[in-house]
Amino acid sequence: MRIVFDRSACVGHNRCYLLAPALFDVDDEGYAVPLLDGDVPPDLEAAARLAADNCPEFAITIEE
Amino acid sequence: MSSAPPSGSPVGDWSTDFDHTTEAWAQDAPGIWRDLRTACPVAHSDRFGGTWLPTRHADVAAIAHDTEHFTSRSVIVSDFRPEAPAPIGFAPPITSDPPFHEFARRLLLPAFSPKAIAPLEGPTREFCGSLLDDVLSGDRDVVDAATEYAQHIPVRVIAHLLGVPESDGDRFRTFIHRILERPGQVATVDPEDLLTTYLLRAVEAHRVEPRDDLISYLLDLEIDGVPLSDEHVIGTIALLLIAGIDTTWSAIGASIWHLAEHPEDHRRLREEPALMPFAVEEFLRLYAPVTMARIVSADTEIGGCPASEGDWVLLSFPAANRDPEAFDDPETFVVDRQRNRHAAFGLGIHRCLGSNLARLELRVAIEEWVRRVPAFELADPAAVRWSTGQVRGPRSLPVRLTGEGAA
Repeated sequence: MRIVFDRSACVGHNRCYLLAPALFDVDDEGYAVPLLDGDVPPDLEAAARLAADNCPEFAITIEE
Repeated sequence: MSSAPPSGSPVGDWSTDFDHTTEAWAQDAPGIWRDLRTACPVAHSDRFGGTWLPTRHADVAAIAHDTEHFTSRSVIVSDFRPEAPAPIGFAPPITSDPPFHEFARRLLLPAFSPKAIAPLEGPTREFCGSLLDDVLSGDRDVVDAATEYAQHIPVRVIAHLLGVPESDGDRFRTFIHRILERPGQVATVDPEDLLTTYLLRAVEAHRVEPRDDLISYLLDLEIDGVPLSDEHVIGTIALLLIAGIDTTWSAIGASIWHLAEHPEDHRRLREEPALMPFAVEEFLRLYAPVTMARIVSADTEIGGCPASEGDWVLLSFPAANRDPEAFDDPETFVVDRQRNRHAAFGLGIHRCLGSNLARLELRVAIEEWVRRVPAFELADPAAVRWSTGQVRGPRSLPVRLTGEGAA
């Protein structure tokens, strides 16, 4: 599983940061910053799905 | 246009003559949205000089993302078109369009990022605790959760944040109620003058004596080396007051109303506090308080309907949040909903700047209520009064405390 993050679509809802803080940080302006480059470890797959499923801007997609 | 019924007069047909400032709307807005979404998903009314109401998530999202055809010059529908010039508007950045919008917004974003807001959790919990001390201290078994609890939380938090006396909260409420709940009467009350006068004084006091608060933060800001104008600073503070108080109060009150009507959800949150982050987003989805407005700035279409320059659009995020095309079982509160792309804080570049603050206040307010009120119910369902206008929430919410050992 990989996370694809579209920075141009992010407007700073911060849902990913709340639901998956191991996978997303936020910058000083509150925009998401992906923490992972590469495959999502199995124990974080559920969190990755939550981040994608709760992004109001569809800025996060999951590739399996 | 002159033949349109006056704003606030009774509505016969919601698809051709809707009016969000009527009592009938306030009592059953979710039912009106549901009926419209099925029968006439983009409603129109000649009131306010011509207004559109899209109720599908896809149409609301498309408008929120289209700053070419829709201006934010005014975000509150009224009988009068705003005189404030684009792209700045009366209260930047909410009333600003690109490209100025991004300058104004980026100045404020750092003060409202989740990490900047997190330290307010302690004071917010203290405010909620002391309000509950008062609410639960007497012998009364009926209390008003809206006017004795929810109403006071955002006022105190924002006063704390801005650096003005918390006792000024009642004045804030007077200003914003006139603007938000009775927009048709704005001209006779002239509330902007009163609000502006108040804010000018607060700004002057902070110029004389800078402090570690948001007003001093704003006074320190510069665009290209030039400090913000007084108009910009005051407009921004006005925005924070208008946008941050009625809205959050409404979300807290509506959430408590839900728990009064659904004791099974109340019990579940008492037993499983870990569900609270999901519950908060579900409260925000189902009881999203805020409908924004746009003005059509260039002829376009809304869901296939022709919209003309100058038309108002009510951007109903609450209606979008109940669209079955976007949410499973949308009219049901699912306490641990796993897929919840709600639009309570808007969509696109105007995403609610204060969303992290609002979310914090809502979570802490409900956590403290749930923790300290073991059981309660509506004392009189007929006495619950929902607000009119673009901010929806209960303004009167008498509840009966039924549990033993409320503490």
